[in-house]
Amino acid sequence: MTAETILFYVFAGLAVISALGMVLNTRNTVASALSLVVTMVSLGAIYLLLEAYLVAALQIMVYGGAIVVLFLFVVMLLNLSTDEFPPGRQRLIKSAFVIAGVAILIQILIAMGNDPLFATPPEAVPEGYGGYRQVGIQLYTDYVLLVEMASLLLLAAIVGALILAKRKID
Amino acid sequence: MPIEPIIKILFIFSVMVMGLAPIITWIERKQSAVMQDRIGANRADLNGITILGLLHPAADVIKLMMKEDMVPEGANRVMHMLSPLIAAVPAIMAFAVIPFGGVYVFGDTTLNLVGADIDWGLLYIFVLGSIAAYGNVVAGWSSNNNWSMLGGLRASAQMISYEVTMGLTIVGIFMVFQTLRLSDMALAQDTSFRVLGFLDVHFGLNWAWIDWIRLPAWGIIYQPLGFLMFLTAVMAENKRPPFDLPEGESEIIAGYHLEYSGMRFGLFFMSEFIEIILIAALTTTLFLGGWAVPWLSTETIINGISSVMGTGFATGLCILIHFVSFLLKVIFMIWVQMLIRWSLPRFRYDQVMSLCWKILLPLSIANIFVTGAVLLWVKG
Repeated sequence: MTAETILFYVFAGLAVISALGMVLNTRNTVASALSLVVTMVSLGAIYLLLEAYLVAALQIMVYGGAIVVLFLFVVMLLNLSTDEFPPGRQRLIKSAFVIAGVAILIQILIAMGNDPLFATPPEAVPEGYGGYRQVGIQLYTDYVLLVEMASLLLLAAIVGALILAKRKID
Repeated sequence: MPIEPIIKILFIFSVMVMGLAPIITWIERKQSAVMQDRIGANRADLNGITILGLLHPAADVIKLMMKEDMVPEGANRVMHMLSPLIAAVPAIMAFAVIPFGGVYVFGDTTLNLVGADIDWGLLYIFVLGSIAAYGNVVAGWSSNNNWSMLGGLRASAQMISYEVTMGLTIVGIFMVFQTLRLSDMALAQDTSFRVLGFLDVHFGLNWAWIDWIRLPAWGIIYQPLGFLMFLTAVMAENKRPPFDLPEGESEIIAGYHLEYSGMRFGLFFMSEFIEIILIAALTTTLFLGGWAVPWLSTETIINGISSVMGTGFATGLCILIHFVSFLLKVIFMIWVQMLIRWSLPRFRYDQVMSLCWKILLPLSIANIFVTGAVLLWVKG
């Protein structure tokens, strides 16, 4: 086994274990959020092993860093305790999600088995593929309309959040 | 395993991190003493020898090692133990991409004085910065103490806010140097440009003295506003006064590291000082020319010396000159940070937030716009 393979199994295992830890942990919301961080960072490490450096950096920066810190911030502010979610209902919701997740996984596996893309060995990517230069050029030329639409959506979300937050103060 | 990376790692770790960080604690004591008209640290002595108080860092370490490592009751043990590491390790790791010298050629071998010369160097530092925020937040949460919790909350809000701004303030620098690779940025600043060059280019006035009025092509010359905004944002990211709201001794006692003692507190303390060096090294690389000597490019130095002493010796001497130049700039930036830290009182929390979202963010976006417009105008 090469070093890459060993590292892949280490991070893949970490990702799966911490993802399970996030879902199965019912006692402590903060610990769940921290497990999510470990999952995100392990996924980032797997992207690194695939030499997708920009995706890895964004994965850790945006998902592992910014978004989960905000989760953590809200969770710590609200200070949720277990009795706010009755255990019976929680178990019901969780088993529903687990069944849905397994169903999606089976779907993906079947689709991967049928897809010729996964039957052929992968081709070598060109130099600089998926680097920040290529992605930036693509985003601001070919996909500029989509970028603008996404930014409009985010703006709408920010305005909505402001209205929700402001209503109580005024 | 190749020997070269290991030597580089050892060098960076021993000189930049473990060498400078304890000295900085001494500099801070002495500088604050001078600024407040006191004598400063001079009591730690070995048979009456004090060496200007330089024994204090060693005394600090011995004291912190000897202290009991307390874990408060009701705390989350594992998280409480881990969080100082989460805060300190990314700060040390970030030095991997800082170039402390250029690329030198000895016959058929080349020597690149940077730990990991990766194409996405600056993104790597941002990645580590976003991970380091967890150290403080988790420390605040796991201590099972209300003051710590408040400190952790303040730390998370402050660091997230300033991370966004910090990224936007140096987009201008990316645009000027057209790269995210830190060694390329330092290399691009290893020249100088003619201040009155436009007279020659646009008006055809080729007077000889135009060649003599030169400025080093440093980031701070192209992006003065970017430099000020970046320095503000990274200092806020480091959570030292005037931005030390997460610690806020007068309101929340010591914030997120209130419940820490011994070497675990020492790690938080050290990570702050390591971050000072990191900030100094980063601003040096981005804005102050990195290892470059102003007005003297690498070629000039090597050619100048090699005509007397031979190329091999000249290259070796050039490495030394560049490293000393880098170190002097880093020490200058450390001094600037200490000056700010001991001059300004602490901001109020709403002031910190409005500085970030209402002043720095719009200004940095305007800076990006103006930089883009000027680049388009100059380069066509």
